[in-house]
Amino acid sequence: MSGRPDAEVAYLDHAATTPMCAEAVSAMLPFLADRYGNPSGSHSVARFAQRALDDAREQLAGLLGTSPGGLVFTSGGTESDNLAVFGVAGESAGRRDGAVLCSAVEHPAVLEACRAARGRTVAVDDRGVIDLAALAEVLDEHVRLVSVMLVNNETGVRQPLGAVVSLVRERAPAALVHCDAVQAFAWLDVAVLSAGVDLVSVSGHKFGGPKGVGALVVSERASGLRPVLYGGPQERERRAGTQNLPGIVAMAAAGAATARDREAAKARVGALATRLVEGICGAVPGVKEAVPRHDRIEAICNLAVEGVESEELLMVLDELGVCASAGSACASGAIEPSHVLVAMGCSPEQAKSHVRLSLGHASTTYDIDRALLAFPKAVERLRG
Amino acid sequence: MGLSGGVDSSVAAALLQEDGHEVVAATMKLWGGAGDSGCCSVGDVEDARRVAARLGIDHHVFNFSDEFEQAVVAPYAKAHALGLTPNPCIECNRHLKFRRFLDRAVRLGFDAVATGHHARVLTEAGTGRPRLLRGRDGAKDQSYVLSMLTVRELGRVLLPVGEMTKDDVRARALALGLPTATKPDSQEVCFVAAGRGQGPRQRFLADRIELHPGRLVELGTGAVVGSVPAVELVTVGQRRGLGFSSPGRRYALEVDAASATVVVGSEDDLLTDHVELIGRTWVADELAVGAAALAQASAHGRPRPVRLTETGVDFLEGPDRRVAPGQTVALYVGDEVVGSGTAA
Repeated sequence: MSGRPDAEVAYLDHAATTPMCAEAVSAMLPFLADRYGNPSGSHSVARFAQRALDDAREQLAGLLGTSPGGLVFTSGGTESDNLAVFGVAGESAGRRDGAVLCSAVEHPAVLEACRAARGRTVAVDDRGVIDLAALAEVLDEHVRLVSVMLVNNETGVRQPLGAVVSLVRERAPAALVHCDAVQAFAWLDVAVLSAGVDLVSVSGHKFGGPKGVGALVVSERASGLRPVLYGGPQERERRAGTQNLPGIVAMAAAGAATARDREAAKARVGALATRLVEGICGAVPGVKEAVPRHDRIEAICNLAVEGVESEELLMVLDELGVCASAGSACASGAIEPSHVLVAMGCSPEQAKSHVRLSLGHASTTYDIDRALLAFPKAVERLRG
Repeated sequence: MGLSGGVDSSVAAALLQEDGHEVVAATMKLWGGAGDSGCCSVGDVEDARRVAARLGIDHHVFNFSDEFEQAVVAPYAKAHALGLTPNPCIECNRHLKFRRFLDRAVRLGFDAVATGHHARVLTEAGTGRPRLLRGRDGAKDQSYVLSMLTVRELGRVLLPVGEMTKDDVRARALALGLPTATKPDSQEVCFVAAGRGQGPRQRFLADRIELHPGRLVELGTGAVVGSVPAVELVTVGQRRGLGFSSPGRRYALEVDAASATVVVGSEDDLLTDHVELIGRTWVADELAVGAAALAQASAHGRPRPVRLTETGVDFLEGPDRRVAPGQTVALYVGDEVVGSGTAA
């Protein structure tokens, strides 16, 4: 049974990754076969590739509310986040602490980059929402970058991005604002919500595209961004290396499909999520949502299950054909208690009782039915 | 199956499978801090995963690092601060491998846990009671580090490689094509970086406790005969590394961390008639005062004939080397472990 995917599992871990949508797969196939050209070249094979790259760029840029020239393709969300942090603060990182600020609940790709750049984190409240007063206090003329994610990957909580932008413009007018929209793009109109934001990260495999590809929106204000990867002149010299054309083409197709279906998907998945959470809370005593529903996107449900260790709950759920997750994996593959929950005020002990069930475009009633059967059984087995 | 990433647990897993058991593997993540070497490191987890994949069994990683810190690492540092000589591998077995890990396995519906330890669990005919015996390979016997177990745990423990010699284990691993067949055994405490001499342990402890230079005083006369850079690193019975100025071999007899003093003396001065034992555990029935047994004070130390007393054991064949306070003493009758205690 080791590692073989089972078509009959209830996959409730879309926040970790999503299956590729049909549009992305069919867009990608030619580029895995006879359309093998490197966009950087002058012959016909290269020109075909260049055209495909241009089309994909135009398409995704439009979906993200930027011009084609304002989009940099990367290897994924992590690279986009690192490019944002080091591209802006790379130079000053060695010189001044606190030049980069980020919320305490950012994804490790932002958090670790921020730490490496000797930045600071800003506290959040018990819902995981950034404390604007605390942010205001640390904004000064030395701040170069403020990074706040739109939707949190572990709890689904939404950050008040507009308020953050206003505050930064007022108190640190020279600073740039970066938004990790990796979890957000599947569900929200990032173009609209990130108006005024200078840098926006997205990741293909979180919205039906392939793994290994992402993008960074780079606004006019951020055009002084320095590269992190040096080499060839690709991506207007902002990100060297032959582009992952199969991935990029697929990501753009996935993006288009996502935007097209977003409203309908949100409604459908929202209903599924409601049934899931209400079903579990109704059938199992001692289960609480970590974040109130109106503060988060519905697709990500983080639940505290009293008297149970998430490592064990996940193993039993897995045995019962339900795939979910908790915290984040460390280098050895073990689950580390969530820094997000800890930042929200949970003790590391409490954090070990949380599990995340996350839905996606491919979620169906079957997934919910199966989860509703498995969850109470699993909890009962472990509570004894 | 507690898969550590080493060759013994790898072969043990294969043997269980061959016997028709339904086997699921798990590796404990215990450390991963600075000095992540020895057993259960990230590299070991990856090795374990490959072995499991090779054998076609599911593999999980359990994060017990909080409990490891509380039950093993912190007490280790504290013991050194008190001038004791702790055995963290014993504490890891006591609290993690055969308690936390075992409890979790039971909760998850498993019948038993297995490890690659070289020791044997046999079932007593008639009563069905589990007995803990030395491994068949005397040179590799690990019953010492399992001597704190009781029938409660042993009833749910399988030790598949206990009947094999180490050479047989490696040969079997090679025959099975296991990736860890030629991996060397871990020797050091897993949370202290590998390295020669006192350096790594000193660095680790220096981060956690205050290390104080100490004086060496001669037994009897009380004369100061030398000094050591860190009294907390001295072990009773130690000869090397004592920077003393008088000629002749000197051994550490007693470590008094509070006064930063180490009493030293000759090899004969190390001898004692009696070892006081605290925290005694018994595999099954408590051995009566006056009963004869064999006492082993280190992983591969010579078992010495003793008699049980109210407070510990008396050496039966004349005075013998004292045991460093904090060390585990395993008690045997023949090849069978009957209990253990900690030298006071």
